[in-house]
Amino acid sequence: MFRAITYAVKEAFQQIGANKGRFVVCLLTITAMLLILGFVFIIIVNVGMVTEEAKTQFDTIQIYMLETPDESLSEEEAAKAMEGLTEDIMTILAAVPEVKEVEFISKDQAMTEFKVKWGDNAYLLEGLPENPLPNSVRVKVHQLEDADLIAEMAADFEGVEDIKYYQSTVQQILHITDFIKKGALIVVAVLIVISIVVVVGTVRLAVEASKREIRIMKFIGATNWFVRGPFLVQGILIGFFAAILSCAVMGVIYQKLTELLAQTAFLMFSVNLVPVPFLVENFLIIFAALGISVGAVGSIISMRRFLKA
Amino acid sequence: MIRFEGVTKTYNNIGGLRDVDIHIAKGDFVFLVGPSGAGKTTFIKLITKELNPESGKIFVDGKDITHLSNRKIPQLRRSIGIVFQDFSLLPDKTVYENVAFAMEILRVAPRTIRRQVPAVLSLVGLSDKANKRPSELSAGEQQRVAIARAFVNTPSLIVADEPTGNLDPDTAWEIMELLSLINRRGTTILMVTHAKDIVDKMGKRVVTIEAGSVVRDEGEGVYGANV
Repeated sequence: MFRAITYAVKEAFQQIGANKGRFVVCLLTITAMLLILGFVFIIIVNVGMVTEEAKTQFDTIQIYMLETPDESLSEEEAAKAMEGLTEDIMTILAAVPEVKEVEFISKDQAMTEFKVKWGDNAYLLEGLPENPLPNSVRVKVHQLEDADLIAEMAADFEGVEDIKYYQSTVQQILHITDFIKKGALIVVAVLIVISIVVVVGTVRLAVEASKREIRIMKFIGATNWFVRGPFLVQGILIGFFAAILSCAVMGVIYQKLTELLAQTAFLMFSVNLVPVPFLVENFLIIFAALGISVGAVGSIISMRRFLKA
Repeated sequence: MIRFEGVTKTYNNIGGLRDVDIHIAKGDFVFLVGPSGAGKTTFIKLITKELNPESGKIFVDGKDITHLSNRKIPQLRRSIGIVFQDFSLLPDKTVYENVAFAMEILRVAPRTIRRQVPAVLSLVGLSDKANKRPSELSAGEQQRVAIARAFVNTPSLIVADEPTGNLDPDTAWEIMELLSLINRRGTTILMVTHAKDIVDKMGKRVVTIEAGSVVRDEGEGVYGANV
């Protein structure tokens, strides 16, 4: 077994050495394929993250309360009245089975959250003379689809100023991301098939050139796997080197891309992007697995015709 | 060594072999003669399992190879050394490498290869040409390399398909002497040939095939006058 493998590797390198140009062309083609695949993967992963984010962020309905139910009331009376109304709303909504969670967000709390969200830019909020944010009730629903129902209910309550929820936005996002994912998967499938075809072409040329050797090997009594060995190793080597090459290129490009995004105004994007080292590590595994399988499958297919008894 | 029992193999009912019975004993030296297209090549291809018979049974070295799975064909071929008219040497490999190749395929230990290959090259008288490529050798020398390769794994049977077909008479005789030597060491030899003088001088068993049938089988035969 070990000897058969060393023989195959030795022989494969010899054949590659004799046909460097062909090998390099195939290698670059597969590298290009893997790179495109990689960016498609990045899109899928990031789109997935956006979707998850959207789902967690937007399954809430924010009910903003008025400052006062009646302009004629004094500030203290108004606050008291609103407290009562708010409590009523929360009690009613909490009893609705579609509702998962009801939470009161005071205007101070809202401001704190706001500051966290703005992060480094929060100093901009310091200049405000007073907190302009209203008190609100945050309702979480079990299912996004029920958001409409809750919103309609909430609209009829007294003391409600405005209702904000993002069902249609979220659904649009989900719709788009789903579309992107499906499209990306098709692209991936097509690219894999093309890669296999390229490997088949390259290895078949090598096989064609060794037809005589193959015939001689066969009548001396070589097993099919023994004959296949060197070609299989060639395919695997193509896949393996293409994986390393494309990973390196990918890492550099992605690094530059995240830097660029971080520098520009797309702060939100860069926060959501998958970090570079994590990406490169994972891509090395995915690319290597993919490249090697493509190479191996390609060489086995390209040899089928030559190994019939 | 080889036994055919009622073997038929035709190509859409044309040519090939029809209902052939034959028995070649271990250690025999047998000439297979007959006109072109009589079925000699079919006979060899049936032994090496390049073809499957339509009916009948084939035994090689006591084993029934009538129905052999693809996985077991290499095993069979390793027990048979094959020599062709065109030598079938690998042009990019040296003489030594060509012979060693037959052993590498069998996954023989490198140490054994390093011992065995020079011994066989010495047997065929090519020790001094070990590092030459086939293109640097004469036709006779190339055929010696092919015989060395066929013999290096000490098979119990060597099948030679017109091994002297491309050689001048003197060289042909050297090849025949080499095959006789190998035969005396106990290897069964089946040789397909058109060389009348060789067959007549050797005085070995001669099997004549015509139109797919064995028409003559003589112990110390000569090449049939009417062929």
